Amino acid sequence: MKELLRTLVEIPAPPGYEGLVRNQIREWIEPLVDEIRIDPLGNLLAVRNQANAPRLMLVAHMDEIGLMITHVDQQGFARFVALGGVMPIHCVGGRVRFLNGAQGVIGVEKNPASSEIPPLEKMFIDFGASSVEDCPVRVGDVAVFDRPFLDLGKRVVSKAMDDRVGVAVLIETLRRLEQSVFELYFVFSVQEEVGVRGATVAAFGVEPDLGLAVDVTATGDTPKGHRMEVRLGKGPAIKIRDAGMIADPRVVRWMIQTAEKAKIPYQREILEFGGTDARAIQLSRSGVPTGVLSIPCRYIHAPSEMVDMEDVENAVRLLLRLLRTSHPFELM
Amino acid sequence: MNTYSLSILLRRLTAPPGLSGYEDSIAQEVEALWKPLVDQVSRNRLGSVIGFRSGRGAAPRPRLMLVAHQDSIGLMVSGIQEGFLRLTEIGGVDHRILPGQLVQIHGKRTLSAVVVQPPPFLLPPEAQGGSVPLPYLWADTGLEESEVRRWVRVGDPVSFARNYLELGSDLVCSPSLDNRASLCALTLCLQELCSRQPVWDVWAVSSTQEEETLGGAVTSGFQIRPDIAVVIDVTHASGPSTPSHKTYPLGRGVTLGWGPTVHPKLYETFKDLAEKLEIPYKMEPMPRYSGTDADRLQTVAEGIPTMVISIPLRYMHTPVEIVSKKDIQRAARLITEFAATIEIGFMDKLRWEETPKT
Amino acid sequence: MGRNAENLNQPTISAEHLRLLEKLCNAVAVSGNEGEVRHLVMEQIKPYVHTMQIDALGNLLVYQREERSKPLTVMIAAHMDEVGFMLTSEEDKEEGIFRFELVGGIDPHHLAGKTVQAGKGRHKGVIGCKAIHLTTPEERRSSLSIEGLRVDFGGGGRAKVGDWGTFTTPFQKIGGSVRAKALDNRLGVAIAMELLKYEYPELNLVVAFTVQEEVGLRGAKVAAYALNPDIAVVLDCTPAYDLPLQVEDSFYPLENERYNTRLGRGAAIYLSDRATISDPRLVAHFVRTAEEHQIPYQFRQAGGGSTDAGTIHLQRAGIPTLSISVPGRYLHTSASLARISDWESTLRLVYFALQTLPVDILQSDR
Repeated sequence: MKELLRTLVEIPAPPGYEGLVRNQIREWIEPLVDEIRIDPLGNLLAVRNQANAPRLMLVAHMDEIGLMITHVDQQGFARFVALGGVMPIHCVGGRVRFLNGAQGVIGVEKNPASSEIPPLEKMFIDFGASSVEDCPVRVGDVAVFDRPFLDLGKRVVSKAMDDRVGVAVLIETLRRLEQSVFELYFVFSVQEEVGVRGATVAAFGVEPDLGLAVDVTATGDTPKGHRMEVRLGKGPAIKIRDAGMIADPRVVRWMIQTAEKAKIPYQREILEFGGTDARAIQLSRSGVPTGVLSIPCRYIHAPSEMVDMEDVENAVRLLLRLLRTSHPFELM
Repeated sequence: MNTYSLSILLRRLTAPPGLSGYEDSIAQEVEALWKPLVDQVSRNRLGSVIGFRSGRGAAPRPRLMLVAHQDSIGLMVSGIQEGFLRLTEIGGVDHRILPGQLVQIHGKRTLSAVVVQPPPFLLPPEAQGGSVPLPYLWADTGLEESEVRRWVRVGDPVSFARNYLELGSDLVCSPSLDNRASLCALTLCLQELCSRQPVWDVWAVSSTQEEETLGGAVTSGFQIRPDIAVVIDVTHASGPSTPSHKTYPLGRGVTLGWGPTVHPKLYETFKDLAEKLEIPYKMEPMPRYSGTDADRLQTVAEGIPTMVISIPLRYMHTPVEIVSKKDIQRAARLITEFAATIEIGFMDKLRWEETPKT
Repeated sequence: MGRNAENLNQPTISAEHLRLLEKLCNAVAVSGNEGEVRHLVMEQIKPYVHTMQIDALGNLLVYQREERSKPLTVMIAAHMDEVGFMLTSEEDKEEGIFRFELVGGIDPHHLAGKTVQAGKGRHKGVIGCKAIHLTTPEERRSSLSIEGLRVDFGGGGRAKVGDWGTFTTPFQKIGGSVRAKALDNRLGVAIAMELLKYEYPELNLVVAFTVQEEVGLRGAKVAAYALNPDIAVVLDCTPAYDLPLQVEDSFYPLENERYNTRLGRGAAIYLSDRATISDPRLVAHFVRTAEEHQIPYQFRQAGGGSTDAGTIHLQRAGIPTLSISVPGRYLHTSASLARISDWESTLRLVYFALQTLPVDILQSDR
């Protein structure tokens, strides 16, 4: 699964421009599903039929945070804005790669108070160009962080773990899955990082009875880090709440009971910031009971996001068990 | 069929904690109260309780949706350390009112606890001086750590201790009166409608998760597709140190919302009705948002003409919320009369001035 | 057909259009109270359209033709509302002095010392402030806040709590420019009205003149749900911050890099804002169209701000959407400024792009 993850994280896919990763996923999963299609906003929808079964929508988002060029000056330096939650602290000195292949480094205007983190407006991208003409990008071009995959053994590091690790979990689940008690919609969504937009329309189109997002969550196990209980390597997290939603307590119970029965390690997650595609599913149409299976991840939205391969493996195992276990509550 | 007095209804409706998302307790109470009053009671997929009462008009009948949210603000266990509980909020809670507050921890067992403020020398520098932020407060159950871990887990909801009080001749005080006061008015309305013959179908909705996502009203609205929606919620009552231009006196009537969220013709209809019934009211300007379920309900699907009626409430989102019983009765009477007298062809009157003749 | 003959059938901006824009801008339609503009639009477009409806929120939904038999249905959206204020409480009945709250994003610095109008009767009032003699130097350094400002209608006025109001600046044409209140978005409304006059061989045209854009893109949300188009194009007015840079640095030739758009450079095509990432297939088609017809265009710089596209593209199972705007300076103030040439470029770009929209545009990969 490490190789699957490596391939996925190295493909650039900023919000709204997910084509490359979508093509790769499609190529892999097309033989594994009964039906596959792309919706008007670019979500990839793959279906595993099951007659007379409740419909479960599983979602992992394809996009990663990125940036867009707003201006190229006479000397060939380019200004940019963020697509999604790019944090200035991670930018200075960073390298970016554009969909057209161009690469550049992020520089910053002279900063009088060097203790302060300058905002993105004070940064620019240097392509080694010396005029507008030989600058390899133009206004509107998009990029992502450029950083190679790092294998630390049990733990791996890369940009775009958020949420290619979720994508990898869904693909691996699909590969190992035999039977399910659900009709399954595997949705690889677009534009999550700019406000769960892809999942909003996908949920409307799919009309699920039940929803489950697979995404990353933060951890509280680094020096003077977040005050939260989730730790890397202690198992996938079952979300109870985040800033965007309260996970359906019935779904939470179903997930916990299934994990306990199968003796799969899990953690109870409360995230005080952020949100996932699950919020969009929960509020779709007449409402959908929805939960989130989270992969603990350190340094979210930095160019080096770290996950533990055991958590990833356990997430797949738990998901497989869930797909075989009928949920214990009545759907109306 | 029993009819209940306002005080009994209020006591019953404020007793369950029913924190946003964890609303089974209040939903069950609402179901029990509504079952004898309507043709059918059901629960929406997200947990809103929906009571349906068929109208007397010829089918297909227009639908009136009356909405009051059932969920309440509160807290949640976010961590356990040496037997002390760390807390996060559900809905909006001012952390300054928490020290010394009695709360209930809804774990495998319901435990009582007190919220405590640590002395400054046990706090990190950023939490010292001034009020102590929520992440640095503790809830102490008084139990040993092993006992605590046995009964409490991360994610357990925490509610304010229940404490229903009648003050003076007309005021009541309790946690969760936002929005159980309105739910009480809605229940009184359903009681009263039993002896009336509305021509429209009436859909009463006790909506879920208003304090978090407005999710209950939106999803119920999509499911019911009403022709008109009326949201009943609370608004700020005047009290010590409140700005007079943003608050309304207790016991002097309800407010009728006015602004982009409200259909102007619906406002006029309710205003005329209130005047006819001699129910005191004030216009409540809502220049941008109403801050209620109406904000998202209005834009469900093709759009729903929406009205907002509010009951003034003092000390909102604290455990000592205060409302006037008279105001609850007035809100109940106003929606009852609206539901009971709305004509089958009312939607034709709800047109904009420029509507083309067909 | 020769090139000149062809031009006769192309949309241009004439004196008649300027008169229409004047009426539209001088009308008062603060979010939630769009009746005046809606009335004007209905009166004018009646001869060109098949059906007009007003929905629950007050959107005007227009079907150009009865049937929807052509391969693509395209929705054009332009919001009718403008920023303004609402009177929220009467502070002094005798003097006619009211507290107010803003509706939509107005910088409070633009309020003091302006005449305003409020209510159905367009009652005139002023927003005053303390005389300079009565202020201290410290006070003059601080910003005027809405909490301290009032609308003064004089005694015996008929304004009342709940009335909507806005500025009174009259429309004026100045050389190649127009100056008025509410150019955002009466320019978009005027373009949408003009587009309804033409035939489009491959598409069903539906137009939503929307309400409540300035308070959260609300009208467009329900309009898009109801019209259920394949594609949507949003017409709006976007800020031009193309002012001189007041920073000097002798070592590096500085430019204004955050202009958003620039006056005189043509129609502004959106790529990404706070609420929408434009459909790249539509962007490519509009750029190609502009280049083929030599219509001036520019990219609106990516960043904050939003248009009706923000809610439209998320309706139902997703609606590919693009925003096109006329650049305008000083939007959301008492006096905004735009170039007639940009207005015309925007009109022509949308017109030609719709004429040549490939019916299979959504079959290609996004």
